Amino acid sequence: MSDAPDTREVILEARELTREFDGVKALDRFSFTLHRGEVLGLLGANGAGKTTAMNCLLGLTLPTSGDLFAFGLPLQANRIKILRRSNFSSAYTALPGNLLVWQNLLVFARIYGVPNPKKKIAELLELLEIPHLNKRVTGQLSAGESTRVNLCKAFLNDPELLMLDEPTASLDPDIADKVRKVVRKVQRERNIGILYTSHNMRDIEEVCDRVIFLHKGKIVCEGTPADIVAQSSSDNLEDVFIKIARDGEILDEPKKDPAS
Amino acid sequence: MSIRIISALVLRYLFLYTRTPMRLVELVFWPLVDLVVWGNVTVFIQKNSDAEFGGFILFFLGAMILWDVLFRAQQGVAISFLEDVWTRNLLNVFVAPVRTVEYLSATFFVGFLRILVTCVVMGLVSWIGYSFNIFQLHWWLVPFFLNLMVFGWSLGMISTALILRWGQAAESLAWAVPFFIQPVVAVFYRVEDMPAWSQPFAWLFPATPIFEGMREVMKTGTMNWNHLWLAAGLNVIYLTIAGWLFVWVLNMTRKRGLLTKFATQ
Repeated sequence: MSDAPDTREVILEARELTREFDGVKALDRFSFTLHRGEVLGLLGANGAGKTTAMNCLLGLTLPTSGDLFAFGLPLQANRIKILRRSNFSSAYTALPGNLLVWQNLLVFARIYGVPNPKKKIAELLELLEIPHLNKRVTGQLSAGESTRVNLCKAFLNDPELLMLDEPTASLDPDIADKVRKVVRKVQRERNIGILYTSHNMRDIEEVCDRVIFLHKGKIVCEGTPADIVAQSSSDNLEDVFIKIARDGEILDEPKKDPAS
Repeated sequence: MSIRIISALVLRYLFLYTRTPMRLVELVFWPLVDLVVWGNVTVFIQKNSDAEFGGFILFFLGAMILWDVLFRAQQGVAISFLEDVWTRNLLNVFVAPVRTVEYLSATFFVGFLRILVTCVVMGLVSWIGYSFNIFQLHWWLVPFFLNLMVFGWSLGMISTALILRWGQAAESLAWAVPFFIQPVVAVFYRVEDMPAWSQPFAWLFPATPIFEGMREVMKTGTMNWNHLWLAAGLNVIYLTIAGWLFVWVLNMTRKRGLLTKFATQ
């Protein structure tokens, strides 16, 4: 990993973000930056603070203290302006199941003011290899199909900033692989900054340029997936995840130099 | 058949009642509403059983139709919101560039469309089946309709705010809130036929002067303009309070982190 500072534009920044629930800190002075064209993974065990962080970044939960900026603007005061340039997809939300796929996508295309929405929807369905789902009832889709339709919704407004909350949760390895590839492809083509949460370390290794590990709301370590494995006493990212989830630390003891 | 299994299932329902007190409220609430409304209707008919009243009694149908204006407008707001909750779409909407006022305006318009459909159907059926023509209210129908619709929107925002605050356990409020006020807004009887203690309360709601006005128009062909001004003034107050309450509760759910919990339940 190069130590040179990233000169790309910062599109998302959290400064000393703290969020308390009934006296318990779900996020504790959490600071990070996300650059244009970068995929940043937010990792941690259940309850580590990932979802709280993402909810704060989406303006769904207000932080107890700290500041949030997107595209250089304070988030709360410019929420609508920022949301026009962003999008979101989560395994835990859905599009209305009783509507056809194209109807759902058309509604959001109109909300985001997408010019020529029919053409855009057709392009995205093609990109995600699901043009045949256009006239299907959304509620009758499989988990993999729903995820890809949700991603279509997330790409509708050509977002500069995308937040993906466990996009491959509950997908089989084949569909998860397709989703990862398409996310990476679109992200590179359009130079999107992505904040990505997942419990699947394969996802993280393939998709993320940089990751942040959270434990009890605090950053435990930060770097590229390869760097983090190298820094740790573990052999792979999954072991690092388990180590941090159990001990809250990345290292037991310094790794032995194989040459010594 | 196993008594043990049945008792286990009964226990599960009893646990449910103790965990969601709103269900207990329902047990008492609906029978009470029915009792009070029909009790007042009975008193009203007893006091007015002359020959003239026989022709006048058709106003029940007018009251039914106008009540539905209020109810459908309220449902347009509350049920539209619940549809987003039921389909787990609420987060998609709240993370899209949608202002609160835009969201509410859309639900208001849905309420208006619901009223149109309901009123056309009810108006036709009451005309064909019971020779009751809603247009005998002439142009008064327009301010009646508008005032009840706006009051319905206010009640819709209040219902939605309560559901946002108390979560899905309070969903039944989407249907119950209009009926909280039905006994005191003199839908099917005059204010003067209500128990004396409840009469001052009746004039606190914009629906009361409208239903009083409807009966007046049906009986005399005209109505007291003061009733209309009272309804419009009260509607401004209710709309302001309901809008403020909705925004306040929405901000509170954001502050307390309840919005995402509620939206992904």
